Amino acid sequence: MNVNLNGATRSLMDDATVADAAALLDVRPGRGVAVAVNGEVVPRGEWGRRLREADHVEILRASQGG
Amino acid sequence: MPLPPLVEPAESLSVEEVRRYSRHLIIPDFAMAGQKRLKNAKVLCVGAGGLGSPALLYLAAAGVGTLGIVDFDVVDESNLQRQVIHGVSDVGRAKAQSAANSVREINPLIQVNVHEFALDNDNVLDLFAQYDLIVDGTDNFATRYMVNDACVLLNKPYVWGSIYRYDGQASVFWSEHGPCYRCLYPEPPPPGMVPSCAEGGVLGVLCASIGSVQVNEAIKVLTGTGDPLVGRLMVFDALEMSWRDIKVRKDPNCAICGENPTVTELIDYDDFCGVVSEEASMAAAGHTITASELKEWQDAGKDLALIDVREPAEYEIVKIPGSTLIPKGDIVSGEALSQIPADKQVVLYCKAGVRSAEALAAVHAAGITSAVHVQGGVLAWINQIDPALPSY
Repeated sequence: MNVNLNGATRSLMDDATVADAAALLDVRPGRGVAVAVNGEVVPRGEWGRRLREADHVEILRASQGG
Repeated sequence: MPLPPLVEPAESLSVEEVRRYSRHLIIPDFAMAGQKRLKNAKVLCVGAGGLGSPALLYLAAAGVGTLGIVDFDVVDESNLQRQVIHGVSDVGRAKAQSAANSVREINPLIQVNVHEFALDNDNVLDLFAQYDLIVDGTDNFATRYMVNDACVLLNKPYVWGSIYRYDGQASVFWSEHGPCYRCLYPEPPPPGMVPSCAEGGVLGVLCASIGSVQVNEAIKVLTGTGDPLVGRLMVFDALEMSWRDIKVRKDPNCAICGENPTVTELIDYDDFCGVVSEEASMAAAGHTITASELKEWQDAGKDLALIDVREPAEYEIVKIPGSTLIPKGDIVSGEALSQIPADKQVVLYCKAGVRSAEALAAVHAAGITSAVHVQGGVLAWINQIDPALPSY
């Protein structure tokens, strides 16, 4: 299955989850990151959710500056 | 999702106020009613820094009747690149006082409250309780989680924004109507993983992009105008010049606003955010020297391997003489460990001593257990040894 991960096409196993996609970028749940799938943030407790072909996955990072 | 106005309207506007706010008053749907609500509104801005500067200036100009400013810091020359509420003559003054002066100059018709202290667990709830809405313009994760939790506990809406280099994010967190900060980012990043603006830099004008969104949303929430940024995150990329709008739902498992909250009162935010990681503080214990001690070692001709663990751009600005650059990331990943000599006294330093402590833990773990780091980093060196060097 192919998904769009932060703007680039990436190949994943057909049963890949949100967490699997995040792991490609070395991202683990919760610690200063959020993941949006198709423009909607997936709460940390739902990172086990299966992705679908052509999903747009976006890693958002917390910054502290102000 | 439109929401009802947060604030009841004031009884009337004075002739002077009508003249001043006429461009608001002639906007259909905003009109007198909207302006009277702003007049009655009490808004607290946390931090009079990068985001606080444009936020306070526009909130004041817009006619928010009571404006609170909480900040404990003093204006530094390096603030002026983006903190446009302060001027050259304010350097060294308390930011809260300096900001209040600018606000009074812009709009003498509003009440300004100066809170010149550091926000902490002992004062945050009492202070927030005096205001209708909070604008978060702080510069560290510990305060950001404290602001969030205090707002959830008090059921206050707050307009959040954060900036780093060319990227900004903004949202309205209001647990009664939508998600909170913890629904989006349940936990802070591991300590040292995400640099602050002081460590990583920020494009000054980014403050205006994000700060103006915060004011825009504050005005909408106060007056019940339009569709506020509740449950949506704006993500700004100044290099691409793009704004994206991402939906954020309330997380039923959220630690503070979820169905079974585990956080029911304020917590220890320094501990939660691991201001220095446990490994780093263990490594630093008994292995920390002062800048003066480093100078003594150098003067005595001690065989040192002095390693600067900051980023190349920082190293270019200022460095301690005799140092070699090996960025912290390369040490922590193990990639550059072979470049660290085991037969010399290893001394690490960074800007202020946090990153060098993290690198020290990795160097100790690699077997160089005599390595030390410099307390306060290059800033301490400039302060104690060579004030002629540029500080940043």
